[in-house]
Amino acid sequence: MKINDIYEGKQGEKLFLLGNEAVVRGALEAGISFASTYPGTPSSEIGNILIKIARKSGLYFEFSVNEKVALEVSAAAAASGLRSFVFMKHVGLNVAADALMSTAYTGVRGGMIILSADDPSMHSSQNEQDNRIMAQLAGIPVLEPSNPQEMKDFMIYGITVSEQYNIPVMIRTTTRVSHMRGVVQLGPIKSGKKEGFFSKEETRFNIAPAFARKLRQELVEKLQKLEITGNTSPVNRVVKKISNSKVGIVSSGVSFNYALDVINELSLPVNILKLGLSYPFPRELVKKFISNLESIIIIEEVEPVLEKEMLSLLGQEGWQKRVYGKLDGTLPRIYEYNPDIIYQALTQVLNIERPAEKPNIEFKDIKPPLRPPVLCPGCPHRSTIYAIKKAVQNLRIKKENIIYSNDIGCYTLAMQPPYNMADYCICMGSSIGVASGLSKATKQKVVSLIGDSTFFHAGIPPLINAVHQKANIMVVILDNQITAMTGGQPNPSIPIDGWGEEVPAISIEELTRATGVGYVRIINPENLNKAVEVFKEGLQYEGVSVIISRSPCIMLKKAETEKLTYQVNQERCTRCQICLKQFTCPALFKKEDGSIHINYLLCTQCGYCIQVCPQKAIEVKK
Amino acid sequence: MSLKKCYQIYMIGVGGQGTIKTATIIGEAAMAQGLNVVMSEVHGMAQRGGTVVTELKIGNALSPLIEKYSADLLLAFEPSELLRATRVIRKDTHIIANCSTIVPFTVSLGISEYPDINQILTRLSKKVNNLYLIDAEKIAQEAGHIITANIVILGAALTTTKFPVKKEAIIESIKQNLPAHSIDMNIKALEMGYQEFSTVSNKLKNVSFK
Repeated sequence: MKINDIYEGKQGEKLFLLGNEAVVRGALEAGISFASTYPGTPSSEIGNILIKIARKSGLYFEFSVNEKVALEVSAAAAASGLRSFVFMKHVGLNVAADALMSTAYTGVRGGMIILSADDPSMHSSQNEQDNRIMAQLAGIPVLEPSNPQEMKDFMIYGITVSEQYNIPVMIRTTTRVSHMRGVVQLGPIKSGKKEGFFSKEETRFNIAPAFARKLRQELVEKLQKLEITGNTSPVNRVVKKISNSKVGIVSSGVSFNYALDVINELSLPVNILKLGLSYPFPRELVKKFISNLESIIIIEEVEPVLEKEMLSLLGQEGWQKRVYGKLDGTLPRIYEYNPDIIYQALTQVLNIERPAEKPNIEFKDIKPPLRPPVLCPGCPHRSTIYAIKKAVQNLRIKKENIIYSNDIGCYTLAMQPPYNMADYCICMGSSIGVASGLSKATKQKVVSLIGDSTFFHAGIPPLINAVHQKANIMVVILDNQITAMTGGQPNPSIPIDGWGEEVPAISIEELTRATGVGYVRIINPENLNKAVEVFKEGLQYEGVSVIISRSPCIMLKKAETEKLTYQVNQERCTRCQICLKQFTCPALFKKEDGSIHINYLLCTQCGYCIQVCPQKAIEVKK
Repeated sequence: MSLKKCYQIYMIGVGGQGTIKTATIIGEAAMAQGLNVVMSEVHGMAQRGGTVVTELKIGNALSPLIEKYSADLLLAFEPSELLRATRVIRKDTHIIANCSTIVPFTVSLGISEYPDINQILTRLSKKVNNLYLIDAEKIAQEAGHIITANIVILGAALTTTKFPVKKEAIIESIKQNLPAHSIDMNIKALEMGYQEFSTVSNKLKNVSFK
């Protein structure tokens, strides 16, 4: 399949789509004309595809500076009557939470979808928060697709619900749905409105207390009506009805797949209710489903959300039924499920004997090598962090007296040995706020490491704070001129937008100087010795120093690099292993005889290692 | 428990080896053949040189995640990664392991060891009926470029009994999924991998371990 097929595919055609690809088709079929995001796994591919087809399809799309702005621009578009779509990873919604809570109150005019890509088991995230709870906090309905076909279809359904009640709708996915590929049957593309018009209505879009009190009332009424909609919604359906069975499952999202697969394979006599529109909880539908059951199993990820709704319903009705789920220990309280976990739980509840299964083979005494993610060969960040380390060593600052306050991006990988340069790292932009706090609370020296995109996203207010509060920190902005970790999206540091159009670039150095930072330097990490000298100055500066280490991401640079080939001169190499043990580029390796070589497949000819080698043993192959 | 009416493929390798692309080619070919197919892939952090797992079920399954001891076919693009795939292996799982090793930086730092691959293979061969090795990089180079190693492995996989997707469908899918300039080379790589495993004696001939 080619990316263009997502846009050009005809009605009725079948494509093998990733959940994140299917959602883009869904946006086109739903007549969405405005989309925004800040990239984050597991939602990143949605933006990577939109950017390629947005212009052709006439849809406005932007990589916003952060999730809060992304939500605000899409909310404004929906207030102007356009259908809008904002998407982000689950923790992105924390950044956008302030705007979310109020947008639930104001409501929308054109339909608005807020997609939250949750990450149970934390494949690439700092937590596994369940944003269905965030939706409940805001008071907006939740759709939970189980596969790529539903990812597409729920976009269309979500817009219908959103416009019926003038309320934003959350589509809540998880990694295993966003990154699941399956057969998707296409529907017709519907072109969206080209231009909106904002009709003034100050008691709605101005959230002053007097107006908010009325909006709050309206919101609760909308949710009550939505519950009634949920009782007969086509996405809430009894998938299996077995008249003489007293056991039923209520399930949503990806875990529904595991439940039905196990039930079908073992022909278990169990009823299943699948909830696609899971909030507001469709109580009448659920009551009807469970009225003749004795026990109910709730299968959901990752918090016991439906389970608590079920328990509250039973309490209110005064019904005695057994509820199995996370709260009673039938299912694991944390992390994502899989078919084995559901098999275990269902056979346990139904009291079915499990045939003894033992592993065919185990290797208890041999372990696979640790293979954590690593900075790419040729990554300029490696040179930057290596230079900071050298500067700290040259100044003889003791390890315990230097704290590395790291941030979210590729450079977070500096946490690994041999660098060990992430003592504190909690969320986007935290490196500078945390550094300020540490410099006030202790006498230790603090270094902040933050990337260009993260600096724009959430690094500017804490920098202003650090200067204003007279913190004593060194801030290193690792500017590789792209949002790299999520696959290379544009950001405000480059004069080109996502569509390849010329736009004003925002100067990091001018922003920094405007905050009143006394020491601002720009370095190129390709010159290692110079970098070490500047970092030494920055570390000794009293107050806030900012060093912008600027060199493009190697993924951008690869294509234009001249094809020099480097080699290790075996006569000059003393096998001191500084290149392996301190610089640690993955393209360098040691053979069994102890000699050091370059893997030509991995080497990007960046030339950093030439400067690292004290023997000058790494040279251009002639 | 295992889904008996499905053909289940577990693929494991290292970021950059093309495991996701290979699985997508198989999946799209299966769909073109009228089969139902679901696939799971891992993105994000794992792309930076970490382990990459993709799982594929062809047949009537809703979830692509493979139950324990249930893989019909296991493709290990890097041999030490076999150790991370033991959960899905049963006696009649067909295993194709690539010879070329990728030693991570943790080994040169001395914080982890690269295992003895010969020992792994010897022990595994006593437990499973169908364990085959392939020097995919060598064949790929003969096909035109080392980058086609994943397609060489795919070619070899096509010879497996019960593999539900036809070679012609795979070739068509390669044309749809890979860059135009590399199609001929990749089809050559597929054919060479296929030839390499076309007879049992070919499969079993000793591939010297690097």
